Amino acid sequence: MRHVISLLIENESGALSRVSGLFSARGYNIESLTVAPTEDASMSRMTIVTSGSDDIIEQITKQLNKLIEVVKVVDISEAAHIERELMLVKIRATGKDREEIKRTADIFRARIIDVTDASYVVELTGNQSKLDAFIGAIDPALILETVRSGVCGIGRGDRVLKL
Amino acid sequence: MVLTGAEIVIRCLQEEKVEYVFGYPGGAVLYIYDALFQQEAVRHVLVRHEQAAVHAADGYARSTEKVGVALVTSGPGATNAVTGIATAFCDSIPMVIISGQVPTAAIGQDAFQEVDTVGITRPCVKHNFLVKDVRDIAATIKKAFYLAKTGRPGPVLVDIPKDVSMHKCEFEYPKEISMRSYNPVVKGHSGQIKKAVQLLLEAKRPMIYTGGGVVLANAAEQLTKLTRLLGFPITNTLMGLGGYPASDRQYLGMPGMHGTYEANMSMHYSDVLLAVGARFDDRVIGLPSHFAEEPRKIIHIDIDPSSISKRVKVDVPIVGDVKEVLEEMIRQLESGEARPNPEAVAAWWKQVEEWRGRNCMAYKNSDEIIKPQFVVQKLWEVTGGEAIVTSDVGQHQMWAAQYYRFDKPRRWLNSGGLGTMGVGMPYAMGAKLANPDMPVACITGEASIQMNIQELSTCKQFRLPIKICNLNNRYLGMVRQWQQLFHGQRYSESYMDSLPDFAKLAEAYGHVGIRVDKPCDVEGAIREAFTTHKNDLVFLDFQIDQTENVYPMVQGGKGLTEMILSAEDL
Repeated sequence: MRHVISLLIENESGALSRVSGLFSARGYNIESLTVAPTEDASMSRMTIVTSGSDDIIEQITKQLNKLIEVVKVVDISEAAHIERELMLVKIRATGKDREEIKRTADIFRARIIDVTDASYVVELTGNQSKLDAFIGAIDPALILETVRSGVCGIGRGDRVLKL
Repeated sequence: MVLTGAEIVIRCLQEEKVEYVFGYPGGAVLYIYDALFQQEAVRHVLVRHEQAAVHAADGYARSTEKVGVALVTSGPGATNAVTGIATAFCDSIPMVIISGQVPTAAIGQDAFQEVDTVGITRPCVKHNFLVKDVRDIAATIKKAFYLAKTGRPGPVLVDIPKDVSMHKCEFEYPKEISMRSYNPVVKGHSGQIKKAVQLLLEAKRPMIYTGGGVVLANAAEQLTKLTRLLGFPITNTLMGLGGYPASDRQYLGMPGMHGTYEANMSMHYSDVLLAVGARFDDRVIGLPSHFAEEPRKIIHIDIDPSSISKRVKVDVPIVGDVKEVLEEMIRQLESGEARPNPEAVAAWWKQVEEWRGRNCMAYKNSDEIIKPQFVVQKLWEVTGGEAIVTSDVGQHQMWAAQYYRFDKPRRWLNSGGLGTMGVGMPYAMGAKLANPDMPVACITGEASIQMNIQELSTCKQFRLPIKICNLNNRYLGMVRQWQQLFHGQRYSESYMDSLPDFAKLAEAYGHVGIRVDKPCDVEGAIREAFTTHKNDLVFLDFQIDQTENVYPMVQGGKGLTEMILSAEDL
């Protein structure tokens, strides 16, 4: 089962490798990992998308909690939550493709943020499946480059991950 | 007071009441060694290899309730220390390791004797630090000691670049430390404890299974009290030996791969299993799926939540300090009227005694050739069971665990988790320094002892009269045993030729060496070592039966009850 784990960690050098090292050493799977400082610059917030049986997810959260620099761990996919990912795609855009790509971008509520006579860079935010769907809608031969940020997640309503 | 970083390091160790630092100097720690030289409170033990420094500090910690401290230089000093650190980590031993690092400006430049020590040790420490500013040294060392000894203990490494140890700043040792990201649970959940006590009272086939956590938490007294109050059978794992007196009737011996028949059968067929500071290790329960076949309720007390329900599903998890939780259980039992069902427990004991009646620890002694079990038994007799016994890893380790009966905690030091050959002598060194008035013996084999044999020199320098009992079978015994049983008797590289004359080798280092060839000389030699040569290091080189195997045995990948009890079962 897919899980989205959010955590707060001391913003210190080496903290990220403690987390990634834990996953590789114990053979846990990481689908994506994003990290950046929070409004309190001494702390970073990390979102890890992983998968595994309930037992494995329980171990993952326990092992993360055991890391000295980890302040708090929550499996946000246990309840209502929102996931967003940012994607930038560079697409070859010439001739009749230019109009088609523009139309597809509009349908997905994506934005074209860079234009040359031969290419567009399209910016798109959404959950993973929306991003996948956009890629699916573009002729693969036209895609020059794709970059995705990995998933950011947050609980809905009253669920707050804070110190 | 303005001090250099190096002086601050030593002042911090003084503040932590550190008696001994085990170490080896080198370029990156020259300032620290200079500061060490100019004071007397913290004493330094110069080993002959950094691995032994960490093991000796580890042995010091295991035999006391204190934090062991090691000091090594950058690069090879740090990499040599890694095995020692990993060994301590696997057995949750509280330690602080201080390593030198190349100057800050040289980090990342592939400088002479530079390695990424923090990176290399990250997976085998509880935590580690690279100190980049002299003003952070005091707080970091304070944190290191705090982390090492609280919660589930473990080694903490502090890496200090040479320029940082040379810079100056105002010194003040922090009195208190608090970390928002680290707050180990100490008190167990009272509701869970109540549930556990209820389950124990209703049990028909109860069993208590305890590990190293009892020793680390200094909870042997509480465990003994609770076990006697309940009247249940109990087993101590390899790491937990001495947690409950081995000579007591309720004690069934060690469980697991080379555990007793009665301990394994009672673990397996119990209906309520109380696990205390133990982690259902693969060497203890065998195949988890086989263990899970028998329905039983499991209560698990552990300071580390991640140890609970890791390999075996637990019904009543209790996170907390073992000592506190056991005290609360005793309180609840003593304040209530309820006691375990006497008929059910008596019937269970009848079954347990039947299992014990198999006498699985019996072995065929000989007048011709020395049996290793006999040596350990004699050592136990001569020392009255009162010695601190260290071991290396292999067959001799199992024989020591099986035949030296430990009645008290912190008397048995071995590498249970990582299984590091070569720990025996350094452990004995650390233990002897910490307990100068106690007899210290190291039960080892001719292969293990050679992994840190250079420490005979350290023992000479610091006059450490440890007694080395070398069970010399000219084989990597445990490897040979597995090859005999599971690899068609193809003894691939398990025979050791060109062994030194250990007695002479010991003499060359200025110690006493005694070679023992005949069973009738075993007891006399041991007595001589502990009386005539009380103040000498004695190397007893016992020429033992080459083909003796460790029994009982549960093969890897088999269930706990599928045991080979003796050679006749093969």
